[in-house]
Amino acid sequence: MTLLDVRGLTVRTADGRTLVDDLSLTVDSGERLGLIGESGSGKSLTTLAILGLLPDGMTATGSVDLAGTQIVGATEKRLAAVRGRDAAVVFQEPLTALDPLMRVGRQIAEPLARRTCLKGAALREAVRGALTQVRLPEPERIARAFPHEISGGQRQRVALAMALACAPRLLIADEPTTALDVSVQAEMLDLIDSLVRERKMSVLFVSHDLAVVARVTDRALVMKDGRAVEEGAVHDLVRLPREEYTKALVASARRLESALDLRSAR
Amino acid sequence: MTPVLELENVALRHRGSTANVVEDVSLTVEAGHSLALVGESGAGKTTLLRLLLGLSRPTCGSVRFDGAGLSPRDRTRMRDFRRSVQCVFQDPYSSLDPRRRVGAIVAEPLRSLGLDTRATAAPKVAATLERVGLPADTADRYPHEFSGGQRQRIAIARATVCHPRVLLADEPVSALDVTTRVKVVDLIAELKQEQGLTLVMVSHDLSVVASLCERTAVLERGHIVEQGDTAQVLGAPTHPYTRRLIDSVPRLPA
Repeated sequence: MTLLDVRGLTVRTADGRTLVDDLSLTVDSGERLGLIGESGSGKSLTTLAILGLLPDGMTATGSVDLAGTQIVGATEKRLAAVRGRDAAVVFQEPLTALDPLMRVGRQIAEPLARRTCLKGAALREAVRGALTQVRLPEPERIARAFPHEISGGQRQRVALAMALACAPRLLIADEPTTALDVSVQAEMLDLIDSLVRERKMSVLFVSHDLAVVARVTDRALVMKDGRAVEEGAVHDLVRLPREEYTKALVASARRLESALDLRSAR
Repeated sequence: MTPVLELENVALRHRGSTANVVEDVSLTVEAGHSLALVGESGAGKTTLLRLLLGLSRPTCGSVRFDGAGLSPRDRTRMRDFRRSVQCVFQDPYSSLDPRRRVGAIVAEPLRSLGLDTRATAAPKVAATLERVGLPADTADRYPHEFSGGQRQRIAIARATVCHPRVLLADEPVSALDVTTRVKVVDLIAELKQEQGLTLVMVSHDLSVVASLCERTAVLERGHIVEQGDTAQVLGAPTHPYTRRLIDSVPRLPA
């Protein structure tokens, strides 16, 4: 069953520049799609358009059907019902995604309370559960902490707990590990992978890094200058890229990786 | 041969803090043997780079340049040091003055070191900009007119215009897209080759380290846990932390 159906999505700025150009993609229930592109390719704008979160002055045309709701042109009220329940998002930079003046526990409690109508001790227990489930140690201490008091990896886990709090059917992850160290990144990717599997969620995973996308998704769409360049199974894209741009991307990634291999072979 | 830069049993503790940021670190940078400092955030990589640049002074231990200590009072020697050791920072958006033209930015080391006047600097700036692969009209434009990769080339031009012996680079390519990253890595490799530049690079990207540096030191929480030839350290790591770092690198499917 199709959960997300994007047809002919076009995003334009007020002065008429086209940033996303006639993009179409679908994500079925339980399916994972990677969105690959370099800076300026329009991949982040695409995720914002899917949630109806485009910045002021940008307009979307075309169709974004998310679990039966048409997002393009929908009212704020309509969108509020969709966000969190049908799709939730984890952004790249956890320090700016979290409210610096609010304790972590309260930030998770907010979406939880909206969905479950829990209060008081029961809500606190649910927050504890949400933190445990993203494998944060000492959930009580983390719940009482402010975002600046915990590490970058812990903040990103908190952001993931917030996104999962409403049990969304689609998880949108926009470069969720780019700001993290490599070993923390590996843990975070494993965590996303296992949580998504347990809950049979769909994933739209946005990244500029082919190797990272390959860890999480099986299918990927390559974007350049707002357009879809090529789509297919990640393995095929990496092994037999058809388009020039994909070839260049794969070649660059391979070049850097081979430096590591040569050294280890000696 | 005397190492160009040397840290001996260096520790640094910030005022008011009880713990050392780095502790008991000894490193040598020899001409022609580029060194990578590898580790995760908070490991003390940037602190070591600041010490090597003379921007912070160690709480104990010594920092030596050409075999002798550095003293900020000794103007002639500091000028010699600044001429020999230049740096490139991570973020090409905040490391270039947005209100100055690229020509003036790149000429800065030549003028502040008293090597050139405005008139004599211009041809050197033009040659350096051309060397790093930027178009001829670059000098008259402003940083905001350039992409991230081009800005990093401008930063590299600024650092190499006075022909230093050592280039200190703090995560020089991690803010760049992968295709741009490869090109900038190539550029740095060419400069190493042509100008006999020795690179000291902080990075968490092991593939970039393996492409550019002959030697690698691995830092964990302010201590060096392993150092040696890059092939040895990354190819046959002996410390579990190094092994964990290498295993964490996401790889493309075969």
